[in-house]
This record gives sequence, C-alpha cells and structure tokens, in this order.
Amino acid sequence: MDVTAMHIANGIVNGQVSAVFAVVAAIALAFCVLRSRADLDDRLAPMAGLVAAFIFAVQMLNFQVLPGVSGHLLGGALAVVLVGPWVGALCVATVLIVQCLLFADGGLTALGLNITNMALLGAAAGYLLVAVLLRVLPKTARGVAVATFVASVVSVVVASQGFVLQYWMGGTTELSLGTIAAAMAGVHTLIGIGEGLIAATTVATVVRVRPDLVYALRRFRTATAQPIGVPA
Amino acid sequence: MGAGHTSVLHLDHDSPVHRLPAEAKIVAMVLYTVVVVVTPRAEFAAFAGYALLIVAAAAAARIRPGWLARRATIELPFVLLAVALPFAGHGERVTWLGMSLSVDGLYGAWNIAAKGTLGVLASLVLAGTTTMRDLIGGLDRLHCPVVFTQIATFMLRYLDILVDDARRMRIARLSRGYDPRFLWQVKAFAISIGALFLRAFERGERVYLAMLSRGYTGRLPRPDRAPVTAGQWAAAALLPATAAGIAVVTVLQ
Repeated sequence: MDVTAMHIANGIVNGQVSAVFAVVAAIALAFCVLRSRADLDDRLAPMAGLVAAFIFAVQMLNFQVLPGVSGHLLGGALAVVLVGPWVGALCVATVLIVQCLLFADGGLTALGLNITNMALLGAAAGYLLVAVLLRVLPKTARGVAVATFVASVVSVVVASQGFVLQYWMGGTTELSLGTIAAAMAGVHTLIGIGEGLIAATTVATVVRVRPDLVYALRRFRTATAQPIGVPA
Repeated sequence: MGAGHTSVLHLDHDSPVHRLPAEAKIVAMVLYTVVVVVTPRAEFAAFAGYALLIVAAAAAARIRPGWLARRATIELPFVLLAVALPFAGHGERVTWLGMSLSVDGLYGAWNIAAKGTLGVLASLVLAGTTTMRDLIGGLDRLHCPVVFTQIATFMLRYLDILVDDARRMRIARLSRGYDPRFLWQVKAFAISIGALFLRAFERGERVYLAMLSRGYTGRLPRPDRAPVTAGQWAAAALLPATAAGIAVVTVLQ
C-alpha cells in the first residue's frame, strides 16, 4: 500500500500556534466525546467505525496539483450525514490520530492543527449546511445527495482555509498569504467536487436501502414504525 | 475475516524496542517530537544530535536504513514546499550560484525539512515496532477516551473488510465479461461505491451484534499483563531525555 502525506507536517506552523490549536482541538473533542455518548447506540457504533475506515481509505487518494500543494478527500461531510456532527468529528479525528501514529502522516505537533481543520471545521461546516439544506430539500435519496454534495464542497474549502488562517497566525516563513489562500481554495474546490460526488453516491445508496442508518434524517423520521399494541 | 489485522508498517521481528510496552513508546515519541519542534531553527548542532538519536533508536529496533529512507518519502510533498520557499520568501536575500534566495525562506525550508523528517522518522520507529492492536491497547492504558479506541478498533477491522469486498466486487465484474481499462474503471467503481459501503456495513454490523451478544462492552478484553516497570519507562525515556539534554546544552551555549 502506498501512502503519501498530505496533512500538515511538523515545523510548518510555529510551536506557539500549534500549541494553541492543540488545546482548542482537545477541548472541542472532549465536548464531542460528551455529546456523542447519547448518540452511540447499537447501530451507530459499527457505522462510526465503517465511516472512519471509509474516510481512511479515501484520504489515501491524493491529488498532487502543484508542487508542494497537494490535497485529498476529507470525508467530513459524509461522516456528519451518516453519524452526526459529534461522532462524525470524532471519526475524522480518530483517522488523523491513527494516520499520525501508525502511518507517520501529519506531524505529531501539528495534530491539533489538522484536527481543527479537518475534523472540527470540516464537520461543523458540513453539518450546518446539511441541516439547513434538508429543511428545504425533499427528504429523499436525491435531496440528501444534493445536500451532501454541497456540504462536501463547502466543508473541504472551509477546512483548507483553516490552514491559511493558521499559517497567517504562525507560519514559519513569509509567503504571501493571498497566494496560499487562492491556491488552497482553488485546489480544494476541485477536490470538494470529487469528494462531493463520492459522498453523494454513497449517501444516496444508503438512504435508498437503509434510511434508518442516516443520522441526518433522524429528525424527520415519522412515527409510523411504532410497534402495534397487542389487544388486551 | 479472521486474518491478522497487521499494520502495513509493522516489522515482524524481535528487538529491545519491539518488547517495550506500547504506552511507553507512545509517550517517548510524543516527547521527543515536542523537543524537536520547540528547538529554534538555527540550532544546527542540536538537529544533528536528534538525527543521531533517532538513528540509534532505529538501530536498537533493528530497522534497516533502507526501509526508513523509503518510508520517509511520505513527507516529499512538504519537502517540495520547502524547496519553493527560498525563491518565494520575502526579506533579505543572498545570491548563491547566480540565484537570488531569501534568507528567511532558506531558514524556513531547513526548518520544515529538518523538523518534518525527524518527526516522520520517530513515527516510523514507533509504527515499525508496534502492532495496531498494541498501539490501541497502549492508547487505552494511557486513558484515551473509550469512544476513540472503539472507533479506531472498528476502523482497522473495517479497512480489511472494505478492501476485501472491493476486490470481490471487482472479480465479480470481471467474471461477467466486464473489461475495464485505465480510467474507465473509475466509472464502475463510482457506481459500486455505495453498494460497497452497504455490504461492508452489513457484514460489520453482524460482527458487532455477535460481539455484543458475547459480552462486548465497548472495550476489548485486555490480556493480563504485568504493569510497565520503572526500567521499561526509563529505557523508553532515554530518547526524549537525551534529546531534551541536547536542546538545553545547545540553546544555553
């Protein structure tokens, strides 16, 4: 298996800013852990594992667009649609931690930065969009697929701009910020479209066959599936 | 499905580093990387010392230099970014071989290349000497929240299922006369990705329910093991402690 690196490595952003984001990420993840307790039931626990594995697999698809500027699929939007924002953020964070420890991908001291961008920003942007879009779109496979596609594109671009913000706060060299922001946004819009297509196809199939597995549809579930009472 | 869930990076042989408990190795690697990253970028002697240390650790783990070098190419995209910095950076410039290079960019490139490489090498020594299962066990003993170790355990198991099911579906397509070439494979893959996801989920859901019915509570049983001895902690601490020593000596000079 050939794995290429794409997360922020050690030494790209200075120590102080890395430490600040490590604290931010730790606090946010602790909050997610608390909130996820209510969500993790018999159905969601294996789903969370599969979503994490799926994200792990798609993150290996890496697009080398310019020298030094590479991007990859993030999977945040797919995660929040299927397992919700709290568990979704935890799934992406777990992928990043395992990649960092076992596959030497992404610097250890940059873990806070990577988690903030991909797990927190990506999941938050993705879930907010999906929640808003599903209010207007039909709750069908097509509607959820469209919402997932839009959320994927936006969440990937938002996550990439998180890096620009961190680089602005503590980049170890002087590069013009506009160049980085434009390069990251451009590359990640293309990636977001690719990711959106993959995520939308996957989610559409799941909605069609096992709508009970889709977290984003939980709120809209009708109460028709109540067990029929046995007449006394 | 019961095949070994081994890491692609794990080197299956015995060495003193392999025998150290996972939690001690994780803590040692984290501290070592932190020391490397907080070292000011102009302390060249310190970085040479860190490099010697990690090479010594790799030697103790009986990891071949070729393996390390090949696996370390994972950070190549960032090295490319580093190469661009001296040309793109601002501020004071020097001329070298007729090229005008930014001093700040040169330091920046060195900073990224040195710290990135040392961090990758440290992770590789950990990954090469620790199985995925031990690593998750180590995180668990370091009081990592159960939800993380649970997701990670399932993730590593599902990875095998996903790869396995993708291969089976491809063989099924081939055996029905489908003859994919180059990029056109992508179309079939894109169409089947939803089916792949569901198949893998339903397989994994059965496994999960079977685990629940056998008393799984969200945490895999830990084999009874003696607690980490002070000697093992001390052995693991050699790496970060020496690195910290080097850092203090060079910065004070």
